[in-house]
Amino acid sequence: MIHKGKANPAKKMRRLTEPLIEKFVTLNGAIAIIFVVLIMAFLLMDGLPTFRSVSAWKFLFGRDWYPLSEQFQTLSLILGSVVVTLGAVVIAVPIGIAAAIYLAEIAPLRVREILKPMVEVLAGIPSVVIGFIGMIVLSPWIKNVFDLPTGMTALTGSVMLAFMAMPTIISISEDAIIAVPRDYNAGSLALGATSWQSIIGVTVPAAKSGIIAAVMLGIGRAIGETMTVLMVTGNAAVIPHSFIQPVRTMTATIAAEMGEVAQGTPHYYSLFAIGLVLFAMTFLINLIADLALQGTRVRR
Amino acid sequence: MKKTRLHPLAKQRLAFALLSLSAIFVVLPVLAVVYLLLARGLPGINWTFLTQPPSNMMKDGGILPAIVGTVYLIFGTTLFALPLGVLAAIYLSEYAKPGPFTRLIRLSIVNLAGVPSVVYGLFGLGLFVMLLRLGASLLSGSLTLAILTLPVVITASEEALSSVPQSFRDASLALGATKWQTTVRVVLPNAISGIITGLILGIGRAAGETAPILFTVAAFYLRDLPRSVYDQAMALPYHLYVLSTQVPNAPPKVQWGTALVLLVLVLGMNLVAAIIRTRFRRARKW
Repeated sequence: MIHKGKANPAKKMRRLTEPLIEKFVTLNGAIAIIFVVLIMAFLLMDGLPTFRSVSAWKFLFGRDWYPLSEQFQTLSLILGSVVVTLGAVVIAVPIGIAAAIYLAEIAPLRVREILKPMVEVLAGIPSVVIGFIGMIVLSPWIKNVFDLPTGMTALTGSVMLAFMAMPTIISISEDAIIAVPRDYNAGSLALGATSWQSIIGVTVPAAKSGIIAAVMLGIGRAIGETMTVLMVTGNAAVIPHSFIQPVRTMTATIAAEMGEVAQGTPHYYSLFAIGLVLFAMTFLINLIADLALQGTRVRR
Repeated sequence: MKKTRLHPLAKQRLAFALLSLSAIFVVLPVLAVVYLLLARGLPGINWTFLTQPPSNMMKDGGILPAIVGTVYLIFGTTLFALPLGVLAAIYLSEYAKPGPFTRLIRLSIVNLAGVPSVVYGLFGLGLFVMLLRLGASLLSGSLTLAILTLPVVITASEEALSSVPQSFRDASLALGATKWQTTVRVVLPNAISGIITGLILGIGRAAGETAPILFTVAAFYLRDLPRSVYDQAMALPYHLYVLSTQVPNAPPKVQWGTALVLLVLVLGMNLVAAIIRTRFRRARKW
């Protein structure tokens, strides 16, 4: 509010402060860029020294992760992450997309209003609680069903991760399906197609880019998840040969070992280098998801 | 003709059955988890559990230090995430012009949201704990969690700010107010519920995170409550991790009780956010 009597000096001040404020706000607008760059810089700064003692090739494709004897080769960890994530994707993608189609196209309003909050609840359960449930409930079950020496396996991790990736996959796919113009579906129905034929033949293909983005973000969520896999996959740093054996992921390795290493040791650097690999992977996954979403925006 | 028309309908029935089955398959485990936590967690929760520190090698006593630590972290995270997030959102909604800079900001927000939580832990360790010499402390932990929360706060706040009708801004500007005055006195007050909703959702997520606090603040066991922002603290999610993997023969009652308290805290925050959101939609002036 500008009072008449004070108008002049106040106005003068405004003329001076307004551009300053705008600069300050702009600087703050860039905060996301600043932090992404800072995160990258710190991972590079503390990760790259690893490659003084081990070649990048050996770091990525060597089999031996024995920190005690200074062997920092991460193939088993990378494959561990890949196997657990792959399992989670195989479970979560079909179920997640199916549930999204159900919510968007088929569920009566009342059912939808009950199911949607439950999906949000699933998204809200902390990963350490999911890990705990996996340890206590799923792991003994898997041990018995497959008659294994331990229930802490890649499969246990995959199942728990699937439930953590599902809310992401469901809500983004559902948004994409809902965003498809109703006329598409109506046109298909008018041509005599059944409701299901219209959904699977017209609506879902039209929502393809959004669904791809949903799947990518779900994968990103699964590969970066830490506590759940740390608690349920058994953490054996070996090359995985099946889904029902203990594995160890990149994230679990960082979480389990960073607490006990001293700054500036090769072990410390190599854990940051693993972080760097993880960051690069999720960056790429998110970029693909973003491009897919961008595609939908341009088209409409 | 009849046969071919009947076939697609049968197919449709089968497909719809499978789709609803998938939805049930997603929802049933949620109910099961909530039920399990209530059934096995509630018996362990009493006044002592909520108001005493752990005792007897974490087999007895309560989880007070973990609750207090998490509450401190929630306040600390809010303190940093709210101003930074809202200012960034104000830039995007009120000042930004379409172009490569804005596009880069949006891409960064998406990527920040996708950075694995343990990588935030590494970053917090490298920047706050080591480089800025804050040590493992409430300050380092809050700052780390605040950065993790930023994407949610920025996105939600921007959405809230953008949904304020342009006519509100035009009216204020026409009365002679500057852009900043308009933003602070007209746009922001009308977007405040949306911003608070986003903030609570983001902080709720952060409060349940374990990996980012592992190396930045979390302590295995502390007899005393933290006294300053430079102190380490216990936290609920880390405490549950400790109870389930590091304490041999921890009593299930204590484990489930801790899990239940954590879940109630996190989902409670989600619920509060949902309530504010619905109320706001009803009270909306436009």
